[in-house]
Amino acid sequence: MTGNQSIRGSVDKIDPDQLTIVPLRHPWRWVAVALVLVSVAAMIRSAISNPEFQWPIVAQYLFNPLILDGLWKTLLITVVVMILATLGGTFAALMMLSPSKLLSVPAAVFVWFFRGTPALVQLIIWYNLSIVVKDFTLWLPGIGTLYSVSTNDIMTPLVSAIVALSLHESGYMAEIVRSGLRSVNKGQYEASACLGMKPSLALRRIVLPQAMRIIIPPTGNETINLLKTTSLVSIIAVGDLLYSAQSIYARTFETIPLLLVVSFWYLAVVSIMSVGQFYLERHFSRDEHRNNIGLTKAILGNLAKIGRKEALA
Amino acid sequence: MTAPRTHHSRFGIASTTMVHAKGIRKSYGHLEVLKGVDLTVPSGSVACIIGPSGSGKSTFLRCINHLEEINAGLMLVDGDFVGYRLEGNKLYELPPSAICQRRAEIGMVFQQFNLFPHMTVLENLIEAPVRVKREPVAQATAKAIDLLQRVGLAEKRDSYPRQLSGGQQQRVAIARALAMNPKVLLFDEPTSALDPELVGEVLEVMKSLAREGITMVVVTHEIGFAREVADQLVFMDGGVVVESGNPREMIANPQSPRTREFLARVL
Repeated sequence: MTGNQSIRGSVDKIDPDQLTIVPLRHPWRWVAVALVLVSVAAMIRSAISNPEFQWPIVAQYLFNPLILDGLWKTLLITVVVMILATLGGTFAALMMLSPSKLLSVPAAVFVWFFRGTPALVQLIIWYNLSIVVKDFTLWLPGIGTLYSVSTNDIMTPLVSAIVALSLHESGYMAEIVRSGLRSVNKGQYEASACLGMKPSLALRRIVLPQAMRIIIPPTGNETINLLKTTSLVSIIAVGDLLYSAQSIYARTFETIPLLLVVSFWYLAVVSIMSVGQFYLERHFSRDEHRNNIGLTKAILGNLAKIGRKEALA
Repeated sequence: MTAPRTHHSRFGIASTTMVHAKGIRKSYGHLEVLKGVDLTVPSGSVACIIGPSGSGKSTFLRCINHLEEINAGLMLVDGDFVGYRLEGNKLYELPPSAICQRRAEIGMVFQQFNLFPHMTVLENLIEAPVRVKREPVAQATAKAIDLLQRVGLAEKRDSYPRQLSGGQQQRVAIARALAMNPKVLLFDEPTSALDPELVGEVLEVMKSLAREGITMVVVTHEIGFAREVADQLVFMDGGVVVESGNPREMIANPQSPRTREFLARVL
């Protein structure tokens, strides 16, 4: 304040070319950086020196056939559930957007129910379906029973897991697809109608590709979330990644190393998925960037930006 | 471009009449927006509809290609219904797939352009000819490049809409409508969303289309364009056609006081 006032009279005498502009310094940021570095070093030291981590055992089980078999099952459940949930969610979203209350209300109730109850609870309910429904029967009036099968024969642990998680995930996907479809301007529907496009063609060629930009990022998150949620199926004895590890350490008591193996695989799959998500997002926003940059450049570019900022501080 | 045909359709209206509207009524809830609109647009002619905002002129335009369903009246394009099927004395609304076939013959240009943002200019132009009319891609592409040359944007074929100015986007939108070889082109305030210095380039394209004899119905605020290009000027206010006729005579000597008042405000 006082400094500025004293200048007022002598502004004419200052040569702007002779002035140096000093950016704001952030000394506390360097203190924070030091603290973070020390903690990271301590963690790495502990991980290396503490024998309880049993790294040789981790390495030994990393490619164990039982573990790989569990990983395969985890991936299978994730992929099948995500496909079913995307189909179910899109269907529910289209129903919710229908002008007819007879379609939109049931869809909203479906979403409300399956999004509102915990995945674990739904999993156990479907696993125990035979308590409520003894068998599935196709019965036609006048003809009688055509086909009948016991519930326990159909609802194996794997099928129960897929049904339960698909319905649960459909609820989330419905909301994601709905917000994507609503994000597309009404004029796009009208323009495609005026060019003679049927509603189904307009949806496929004009509306969905634009909605994808809104739909893909949260769907990527959902897929990553689902991959980890599938570990719940170990509770109904589906031999997924976690269940396989549990069955080994129940015998050998090498609990921590096996859970590290499990974490390694989950992290590896999530990393691969993130790369896939990056390319999908880029594909659907290709009109926004004339020169698309690659993944490594995107990561390195961000690091360089952070580095430059820190160096200035 | 469209050679006038002289045979009479089954409704007894000469098909040299491209748009025939009679007693069109349209309400949103209790609000009646169109209160019995009559309009006849001969083949190869240009009709310009002017009027204050809220007069129902855009709504009427959207009734022509059934973007809005009408509550009463008769709307024929090239001697046939767009959104309905006549049986006895009842008009049955058609399913969307059937309406689409008729709509493909009626081009429309919007105030907000409504280009497909995820497609290049060329893809915008060939999408409907290829997917709706099943034209071979090579043929549709050749025609699209030809149309882009006509609107002066041949070098923009691989650009995305967001890389173009408003005037360029609107010229692409006109080319996209023309790619379907429409019998009639509807314009809904095509220059209202443009910066003033970009209006001219769009009007130039529209003038050249009028000279080629394309049937056009234009809702506009550009009185100068209407005076120069229109064969028929239509003034709408309060959901009815107040006055229509030769644009020069009407602008020089409006008969209705409402027309006179409106023209005094916009000229």
